[in-house]
Amino acid sequence: MAETDDKPKRTRSRPGAGAARKPAKPAAGRAPAKRAADGRTGSSPARASAGSAPAGTVPATGGGARAPAPASDEIAIEISGMHKWFGDFHVLKDINLTVYRGERIVICGPSGSGKSTVIRCINRLEEHQRGHVIVDGIELTDNLKRIDQVRREVGMVFQHFNLFPHLTVLENCTLAPIWVRRLPKAEAEAIAMRYLERVKIPEQAQKYPGQLSGGQQQRVAIARSLCMEPRIMLFDEPTSALDPEMIKEVLDVMVDLAESGMTMLCVTHEMGFARQVANRVIFMDGGQIIEQAPPAQFFENPKSERTRLFLSQILH
Amino acid sequence: MDRSGHQVHEKVADMRPPITSVGWVRWLRENLFSSPLSAALTLVTAYVLYLLVPPLFGWAFLDAVWFAASREECWATGEGACWAIVTTRVDQFIYGDYPADERWRAVLAFVLLLLALVPILFDRVPGRARWLVFSLLYPLIAYVLLIGGVPGLPEVETAKFGGFLLTLVIGVTGISASLPLGILLALGRRSDLFIVRVLCVGFIEFIRGVPLITLLFVASTLLNYFLPPGTSFNLLVRVLIMVTLFSSAYLAEVIRGGLQAIPGGQYEAANSLGLSYWKSMRLVILPQALKISIPGIVNSFIALFKDTTLVIIIGMLDPLGIGKATLSDATWQGLSTEVYVFVALFFFICCFSMSRYSLYLERKLHTGH
Repeated sequence: MAETDDKPKRTRSRPGAGAARKPAKPAAGRAPAKRAADGRTGSSPARASAGSAPAGTVPATGGGARAPAPASDEIAIEISGMHKWFGDFHVLKDINLTVYRGERIVICGPSGSGKSTVIRCINRLEEHQRGHVIVDGIELTDNLKRIDQVRREVGMVFQHFNLFPHLTVLENCTLAPIWVRRLPKAEAEAIAMRYLERVKIPEQAQKYPGQLSGGQQQRVAIARSLCMEPRIMLFDEPTSALDPEMIKEVLDVMVDLAESGMTMLCVTHEMGFARQVANRVIFMDGGQIIEQAPPAQFFENPKSERTRLFLSQILH
Repeated sequence: MDRSGHQVHEKVADMRPPITSVGWVRWLRENLFSSPLSAALTLVTAYVLYLLVPPLFGWAFLDAVWFAASREECWATGEGACWAIVTTRVDQFIYGDYPADERWRAVLAFVLLLLALVPILFDRVPGRARWLVFSLLYPLIAYVLLIGGVPGLPEVETAKFGGFLLTLVIGVTGISASLPLGILLALGRRSDLFIVRVLCVGFIEFIRGVPLITLLFVASTLLNYFLPPGTSFNLLVRVLIMVTLFSSAYLAEVIRGGLQAIPGGQYEAANSLGLSYWKSMRLVILPQALKISIPGIVNSFIALFKDTTLVIIIGMLDPLGIGKATLSDATWQGLSTEVYVFVALFFFICCFSMSRYSLYLERKLHTGH
């Protein structure tokens, strides 16, 4: 299942990735001391607290039925001192966030808190005006070449799917591999079918998006992103536009993806999903990160009053 | 029903629909007799058609004279239309003054044009890729065929082009050159680059603000003042350029409308997959935007095709010009109805085909969204 196994083009070494792909083994291959000494305690308190906990207690911090897979100590995304304005409106204020390879992060918060904007800054759909965003070792600036380089490695799933309606499901999935990665058509189609099977809709390959249900469309959108074999996946409220009965089929795919060791950032209100797979839950309000913690701590014992209020409103 | 209000219903078997809601009975009811007013209108229309159609048919076909030497001869033999004015001059209407010995070249160019159009208009023809290469080369082939000047093909001056040949040369060139230019202008007008945007807006607004006739006058007279003395710049080429520029400005606005109808999510999805600007335009945005714009684009094409008759003003002999010249001949004076009906028929066939093709294209591109 791990899509990282058969990537012929990936040559970068990925320390800790082996451990990240085996969710059942807690704490193997972790280096808490290293991370605690990272120096960015302000930016990642969750890291600090996890680091100070005795080794082997990961299930306790996970809190769900499954223990979150331990992340590696390779940094996937580093955001420091990021500010953004929409016109005069200061939408993001001093965002600091470090995401390690294999980590799954859930970002929640009231609407207008800037959570979508944060992840849209990671693949430069929005540009930040101050601070630094470094993805996969590449700093995002005005340099178009670098932006495309980052976008090739970062997949994104949108609230409204944004499938290309004039192309079939299969063509949606092969478009970028063929035109961006320059794969031969047959190879791109083989990869696409593999991912369509993984999201459990290979039989819809020849249909157009308009003929599918919302849940099916969102699963195609996930497959389309995966076809680029990204190292990081961003989810922007992937289940918010779905009928209740379709949410589960999409979440199942996302859980499956999380268990394969993919680095994921999800903006979502699905707190069950957060408990089940997240390493860290981040709460945002008013353009700031208010609190971040492993899910168990976050849900059972939130530190800030604002977080407590938010949780009381969404958890019934 | 029990006391709780809980009910269980039996499944009802499928039944045949009532006779009035299927087949031709339904069609008649829905289309012709859906209300008393519509029934009355149907009857009135049927009566008017009864009054009009038989006499018209008689005039155009039954009582018409197809061959005669002059108007007098026509009117002596039959009551109806005198098509002889058209049949005796049909070569003029088709070729203008194109030399009689070289007319096979125009016919060949026309046949090749139809062949070149096939792979462009229909995407399911076998061997389309190689066929398209021929279509791309066609303008060059047509140029050599029609104008000549190479061994075996004596040169024909473009001033001798006329009739339907001239209409097709201007119309087809204008249409095929203005579409790509219109797309570029539409993209330019939405560009983030200030200079590009200003240039495109300026061009579009200037061209749209000026009547085509003015541009044609500029092409025929003023342009010579601006060009260095001694340069002879073919009048037909100047007209082609002006018609193309004129049409492209209108197309740009039509296509811009289509571009604006594409949701921002499509741009974002294309960008997030790593597609560059040109690739996302070509593969994601334009296919959708052009599809939405088909009615407007074809509208512009039809307008352009009919506007080609304006070249009569600068002395070129398009079908209307030939018609006028014919009517000023004493032998045929007074037969303007026949001439204009004939020219109208030609334009109607061309424009109606374009309209039908656009409907076909819309149906084909419909993917259920």
